Amino acid sequence: MTDQKINKVNAKDQPDIPCPPAQDMRPVMKEPLVRMKKRGVVTTRHKAIVYILGFILALLVGALMLLAVGKNPIIAYRDMAVGSFGTKIASAETVRIAIPLLITSVAVGFAFKMKFWNIGAEGQILAGAVACSYIVIHSINNGNYIPRLPLHLIMVICALIGGALFGFLPAFFKTKWGTNETLFTLMLNYIAIQYVVYLQSLRTWQHPDSSYPKIIDFSTFTDGKVELPRLFGVHIGWIFALIIAVIAYFYLTRTKHGFEISVVGDSMNTARYAGMNTTWIQIRTLLVSGALAGFVGYLQVAGANHTLTETSAGGVGFTAITVAWLAKLNPFVMVPISIFIAMLQKGSLFIQSTMRIPASVADLLTGLILFFMLGCEFFIEYKLVFRGKRNVSHLEQKEVAE
Amino acid sequence: MKVLMVIINWINAAVLSGTPLLLATSGEILTEKSGNLNLGVEGQMYMGAIAGLAGAWFTEQWFGVGGIIPLIAAVIFAFLMGCISGLIYAVLTVSLRANQNVTGLTLAIFGTGFARFFGEVLSNKAGGFVAVGRETKGVFSNIDFGKLAEIPVIGTLFFRYNWLVYFALIIAIILGWFLNRTRKGLSLRAVGENPGTADSAGINVTRYKYAATTIGGGLCGLGGLCMSMVSQKGVWQPNCVSGYGWLAIALVIFATWSPLRAIYSSIIFGGLSVMYMRIPIPGLPREIYMMFPYMATIIVLILTSIRQSKEHAQPASTGYNYYREER
Repeated sequence: MTDQKINKVNAKDQPDIPCPPAQDMRPVMKEPLVRMKKRGVVTTRHKAIVYILGFILALLVGALMLLAVGKNPIIAYRDMAVGSFGTKIASAETVRIAIPLLITSVAVGFAFKMKFWNIGAEGQILAGAVACSYIVIHSINNGNYIPRLPLHLIMVICALIGGALFGFLPAFFKTKWGTNETLFTLMLNYIAIQYVVYLQSLRTWQHPDSSYPKIIDFSTFTDGKVELPRLFGVHIGWIFALIIAVIAYFYLTRTKHGFEISVVGDSMNTARYAGMNTTWIQIRTLLVSGALAGFVGYLQVAGANHTLTETSAGGVGFTAITVAWLAKLNPFVMVPISIFIAMLQKGSLFIQSTMRIPASVADLLTGLILFFMLGCEFFIEYKLVFRGKRNVSHLEQKEVAE
Repeated sequence: MKVLMVIINWINAAVLSGTPLLLATSGEILTEKSGNLNLGVEGQMYMGAIAGLAGAWFTEQWFGVGGIIPLIAAVIFAFLMGCISGLIYAVLTVSLRANQNVTGLTLAIFGTGFARFFGEVLSNKAGGFVAVGRETKGVFSNIDFGKLAEIPVIGTLFFRYNWLVYFALIIAIILGWFLNRTRKGLSLRAVGENPGTADSAGINVTRYKYAATTIGGGLCGLGGLCMSMVSQKGVWQPNCVSGYGWLAIALVIFATWSPLRAIYSSIIFGGLSVMYMRIPIPGLPREIYMMFPYMATIIVLILTSIRQSKEHAQPASTGYNYYREER
């Protein structure tokens, strides 16, 4: 009885007891020095400022590294610009470097949009290059009998098939058993490179008067039939590259296929729930991605090098990843970015000869720029609030409430 | 008897070429246990390789001594450079929430460029090419075990290695013990499996991720040191790492995230990559033979993906960033 009464009294009294303010109940906790806060609306102007700042910072860090090895960064950067676009020949060379980059970044962009980490573009390019080189060698060893146009047609078809095959393998195993596609595609790179090394050792691929492990120059042995025509000083691959970029843009944004790719990339479960055949979508996209890279292989053989070496792909597969990501997988944006990266590469070759700065500075700068651009994403989406600015954040809260 | 000798010598070579793999694999296991899938091992090894070589070379030049002091400098430089590379990755993915795959790939590109750039600068400085002195090379070659190394079979199998081989073994064993037998190791595994739960249990997720990725990067850097100082005998080669970093990532899967299993896995892969020099197969071109480790990796990847078991799986949160507010 009494217990109940007491309980009752307590229950009744409770509202009257003045509660200490909630803040005092919590253990004393210091506000963190910096905390982050999601931005509601992101303006284009803000985005542009962050990206430009990030870019400048990347160049500054690059400049520090150049200073560290005793080179003048201002002259180096200036010479890189001059060396890549200063003369007509230099510009042509820069564009020539940009062609495979652009197409390859479109190719890996397709896969990346699906969150399929195809880093085997290098191998896919070589697969295409090897496939179309087989045709050339076959023609040469049989008295150079295939005329120009059919030769190129067969070469393109073979290159597409070769690249597509190298794209298909990892996609098949990924969709079937969830095999790690990153390492699969990467290992295919090494296998392709090693295979080209093997081809170089074959007597039938070498110059008849030489035992040096080097594949013959296709141009001289086919009376120039294998060479692509030139326009404005560059082989016509650049026209193909631009066309591919435009088609890719519309493919990704305006077609059912493109829609399916982005749904699979955003959420595999949503795609399945919507009744999409995710297995086929992934395999199909990788076939396209690989075939595009294979086409790059054809361009390298017929347009740029007129032969096949283990460096025919020359790191394009990796650099294309940075291009695709810097362009946010937008094929139109890939055009200026691939030209910019090509500029870095051509420019670095130039300063290698004029200033004795190693050409690998291009990779260094590319990596730095991408690092900073990756960091920029954060500052676009979030803002940092420092400890002292308490009142400001209160004001902001009021704004939100209103 | 001759066949036996060939096989024993082959195992000896396998252990030697597996050592950088073991160091890098241990580093990557530590990193992945915290939920960070760092694909930049190749770049980290390159950075460690050049930093170690530069550390040894500069010590020799400045202090005019060879041997043990340049060795210590090389180890410290390679480890610190690896740590820095891991730190870059951690800042970008943990604090700035960047995509792990792209960050890792960028690190691979950056690290390779970084090493080649400074490697060439150093070569120019040294007048042509960088090479450490004979004394320093000596401390990186096989340890002199005296009579022990002359015991048939056992001597070749156990006592004809450089100190890094034993060091890598000890590191792997310590790492295995740390992950499975200590409280901190348990917390780290919790962070990798489910950071949300770990956070609720009062574990500082950010701190663990940073520490694991940084130290893991340091181990990868030591793997790179092994490539430049042992495999290339202290001479700078722009292609010195040549895909070992990527093999290490594959080895992590092969070893199913266990440092102890990484020991024999790395020896198997080391053996595969030197097989073409040791065991000729008649009729098989050498160039095709050299594809073996890569083909084996693909086969291993496929097989492990087919027989997926819950027990030997990747830490559940690997590859995904942790957003505390979305817990």
